[in-house]
Amino acid sequence: MGFLSSTVGRKILMAITGFLLLTFLCIHLLGNSFIYLGWINAYGERLHSMPPVVWAARIGMVILLAVHIFFGIKLTLENNAARPQAYAVKKNVRATFAGRTMIWTGLLIAAFLIYHLLHFTLRMTNPEISSGIDAMGRLDVFKMIVLSFKNILISGAYIAALIAVGLHIFHGIQSVVQTIGLNSDKTLPCVESTGRGIAFILFLGYASIPLVIIFGLLNFKG
Amino acid sequence: MILDGKCPSGPLAEKWDKHRQDMKLVNPNNKRKYKIIVVGTGLAGASAAATLGELGYNVEAFCYQDSARRAHSIAAQGGINAAKNYPNDSDSIYRLFYDTIKGGDFRAREANVYRLAQVSNNIIDQCVAQGVPFARDYAGYLDNRSFGGAQVSRTFYARGQTGQQLLLGAYATFSRQVKAGTVKLHSRTEMLDLVVVDGEAKGITVRDMVTGKISSYAADAVCLCTGGYVNVYFLSTNAQGCSVTANYRAYKKGAFFANPCYTQIHPTCIPVTGEHQSKLTLMSESLRNDGRVWVPKKKGDKRPPHEIPEDERDYYLERKYPSYGNLAPRDISSRAAKEACDDGRGVGPSGFGVYLDFADSIKRLGENTIRERYGNLFEMYERITDENGYKQPMRIYPALHYAMGGLWVDYNLSSNIPGLYVLGEANFSDHGANRLGASALMQGLADGYFVIPYTIADYLAKSKPGIVKVDHPEFKKSQEDVSALTTKLLSINGKRSPKEFWRDLGKIMWENVGMARSEQSLKKAIQLIPELREEFWKNVKVVGSGDTLNQELEKAGRIADFLEFGELLARDALDRNESCGGHFRVEYQTGEGEAKRNDKDYCYVAAWQFKGTDKEPELHKEPLTFETLQLAERSYK
Amino acid sequence: MDLKLYVWRQKGPDSPGKLEQFTAKNISPDMSFLEMLDEVNEELVKEGKETIAFDHDCREGICGTCSQVINGIPHGGQDKTTVCQLHMRKFKDGDSIYIEPWRAKAFPLVKDLIVDRSALDRIIQAGGYVSNHTGGSPDGNAILIPKPDAEVSMDAAECIGCGGCVAACPNGSAMLFTAAKVTQLAMLPQGKVEAAQRVCVMTEQMLKEGFGNCSNHYECQDACPKGIKVSFIAKLNREFIKASVK
Repeated sequence: MGFLSSTVGRKILMAITGFLLLTFLCIHLLGNSFIYLGWINAYGERLHSMPPVVWAARIGMVILLAVHIFFGIKLTLENNAARPQAYAVKKNVRATFAGRTMIWTGLLIAAFLIYHLLHFTLRMTNPEISSGIDAMGRLDVFKMIVLSFKNILISGAYIAALIAVGLHIFHGIQSVVQTIGLNSDKTLPCVESTGRGIAFILFLGYASIPLVIIFGLLNFKG
Repeated sequence: MILDGKCPSGPLAEKWDKHRQDMKLVNPNNKRKYKIIVVGTGLAGASAAATLGELGYNVEAFCYQDSARRAHSIAAQGGINAAKNYPNDSDSIYRLFYDTIKGGDFRAREANVYRLAQVSNNIIDQCVAQGVPFARDYAGYLDNRSFGGAQVSRTFYARGQTGQQLLLGAYATFSRQVKAGTVKLHSRTEMLDLVVVDGEAKGITVRDMVTGKISSYAADAVCLCTGGYVNVYFLSTNAQGCSVTANYRAYKKGAFFANPCYTQIHPTCIPVTGEHQSKLTLMSESLRNDGRVWVPKKKGDKRPPHEIPEDERDYYLERKYPSYGNLAPRDISSRAAKEACDDGRGVGPSGFGVYLDFADSIKRLGENTIRERYGNLFEMYERITDENGYKQPMRIYPALHYAMGGLWVDYNLSSNIPGLYVLGEANFSDHGANRLGASALMQGLADGYFVIPYTIADYLAKSKPGIVKVDHPEFKKSQEDVSALTTKLLSINGKRSPKEFWRDLGKIMWENVGMARSEQSLKKAIQLIPELREEFWKNVKVVGSGDTLNQELEKAGRIADFLEFGELLARDALDRNESCGGHFRVEYQTGEGEAKRNDKDYCYVAAWQFKGTDKEPELHKEPLTFETLQLAERSYK
Repeated sequence: MDLKLYVWRQKGPDSPGKLEQFTAKNISPDMSFLEMLDEVNEELVKEGKETIAFDHDCREGICGTCSQVINGIPHGGQDKTTVCQLHMRKFKDGDSIYIEPWRAKAFPLVKDLIVDRSALDRIIQAGGYVSNHTGGSPDGNAILIPKPDAEVSMDAAECIGCGGCVAACPNGSAMLFTAAKVTQLAMLPQGKVEAAQRVCVMTEQMLKEGFGNCSNHYECQDACPKGIKVSFIAKLNREFIKASVK
């Protein structure tokens, strides 16, 4: 039986793709943090000056996402089918809300991702605020971000999506470690709390940007 | 009739080897043409089915449980004996043989027991190879402990779950054969009749416990591995589904029932809490190593234990048996507990219990040491009783535990009906009147892995395969009989539930045919049981129908057999005018309350032949001859 | 004490089922949960009604037959306790108790609270054994096994095959059950020979039976009456990776 049809094989695939996507999230957050240093426009310019890298990353991401989403949905459908009749009363003693809603947070993230790409990458949703050019003739990413997040609806959508991301990672990290077989009785509690910590940090890191903008702590001069 | 155990001649140590050379073999290509039915999937059944399947026979296995892994062998805690002599403490095959014969009060066949001791070593090797996780020492060698008062450490164990691990090992090999297609498993299927054609066992009739369908299976030989019958006492340490039904229905078809009066009582069980009690839970006897057994001196003393001062306590085992004290053998300490309770000095809400007090040991060794030694048992005790054994004495009471008696078999494990083999606890063969601790697992696996594969071939080789088919009129008749019985049970529609009858029977058995039996009590039981049986057939109420899963019907059928079998057990006990092993007659005891054997008149196996439900069974005797050993008195003073 | 029971009643796999209400009267705190049901059944017999069918056998927590979801938790939620060892003192007078069968596609319902767990047997049949032959085994001490390995193997071997892990798992997965057997044998030299093959065929069979996939909720570990740990699932995953890269 092939790796891709095995219950463990597919889990491992979910774990690896999930882990790589998580790595991307970390790098993306690093990039985002340039906003606090005022380098965000430079960062954008530099990134786009290397189309092969950008395109390689994009293609890689699409493949990762496709695999992760495809198997995520497939496994969930199988799991739902494994209990055709629900319990009248069912208590979960250990399973977390985050764990049980992976498919929903996942789908939410996918939907958000489309919006996010339309919003910042293709700049189709709010063309009026996202085509500015800065003083050095670069795309004014900074202005675009700040103007966007001043809109409470956009900020709200981003923060809601980030909660989904946080929850997804909350369960995801320890799940990755368990799936690739690195857990033991001793490490499990530590892995769980570390994973949850990372999820929280990522959430805070990402959510800080719309938050500081809404509260007017980050603004553009002039 | 004088029965012949068919023990091979020659020196004891060479009998089995010689016999194996003499037995016929079945051609490997022909094996698959022979069908063998194995009923029961405990240690004996699973190991037999797996081994026979592996050899190439076509095996059909039956069990009443939903899976072959659930047979009650799984509940055995202590361990399994083998004469490996790994600890270098001078153990040997001979010594294991001797201890087993002596422990059985010289009521077992020498040749059988010697063979058991011989193959005991193969069992350990076999189980290790299967991946049974026996306890190991730090060097990685198999660990041994001394068990049940043995003077050598010959017991192999897997924590307190040796039975479970051995059964799961056998179940695993069994499962391998199911996968290979040599064994076909019929779970949730209860054997309700043995089919005998022209004097030979050629099949069984069963009820599918899910659909209620009654059908028959024909075979070239039938192996009953259906366990013991102590649930005839209602309360025992057996599982709820354990019954005498398969064995009893074979008995009704002509198989002899041997030594039914040999029943073993375990002294350290958790006491009954009320009428609702459905089973008794055993705690390892090792508790008596550090616990002191006592009851109040005063009758009806209801004070909590800590309020009873030292000089008002009766440490009766220490008083009566100063040298063995709390470690007095199972039967002696069990009887002493019953006497104390019958005297009105029992403790606990029901008055049927004695204290097992760890206070002194805790004072001497500290609670931690006690926790290390018995922690899991204290936990189990607390789970069931809600009492903390470290803070207050445990309450214990004896309970029925194991049946040494069973269907009569010869040296080849063949019953008196050719083609009917009986293995494990279901037969009577190896434990005599009393079984030693850690020997039950040994016997079940010995029979299944290492005896039956050889002896059944000798029988099969003498006949053509598949002579009798399931369309033979005997099968039809058997099915009709079974259906009629089912219909009858369902149609009585009386007032009392099957369980009430079972409980009543249990009371009669426990009071009169229990630990201390007398001519008078046995006669009383022989009078009361038929009365209860008569009432059962007039007044039992079995709800539900026969064509679906019906647990009341299953229970009622088993109780109907118990109601006949209990009488047989009492008759056997009445016939045996001596005390030996698990059979204690108050008339026959030494001044110190020890069992007094009568080797002159009773050194025989009592094998009973069915003559009709309300007729007295006929007694056949197999004299026990001891070629190697001298009969000696069992003394634990 | 008196209790209100809501018990799942269903005549057969294809019949409709529903929760039926019963009153359990005069229940002693010393009764086990199953003895309480015995009492209810005795009352039903008196009324001439069909009794509640439930699986049980040894009643000492080792055979793995008893299988009820009590108030939403398999085996009732007392630590390391099977239904048969759960006692009524854990309940209060007037309590409502919901009793349901194990629910999973791989466990078709037989009647009332009884389900068919033969799928677990088939997972073992797929490869949960050492393919040794009876007789001809080397001496038990011919292969030494480090005590810690033997202990882990024994920890895993304690599984009683009740299926509580499946009943508890939000995905209806039998991963803990499968992992326990894989671990028990993979820890021992005797079982290592076939380890790669075993983990593949057992997990394959698990899926074939219609069990769900493990997604690391660990609900199974909390429900397990024998304390089987999810670290064994990690071990199974390791065994699978080893088998895949071979």
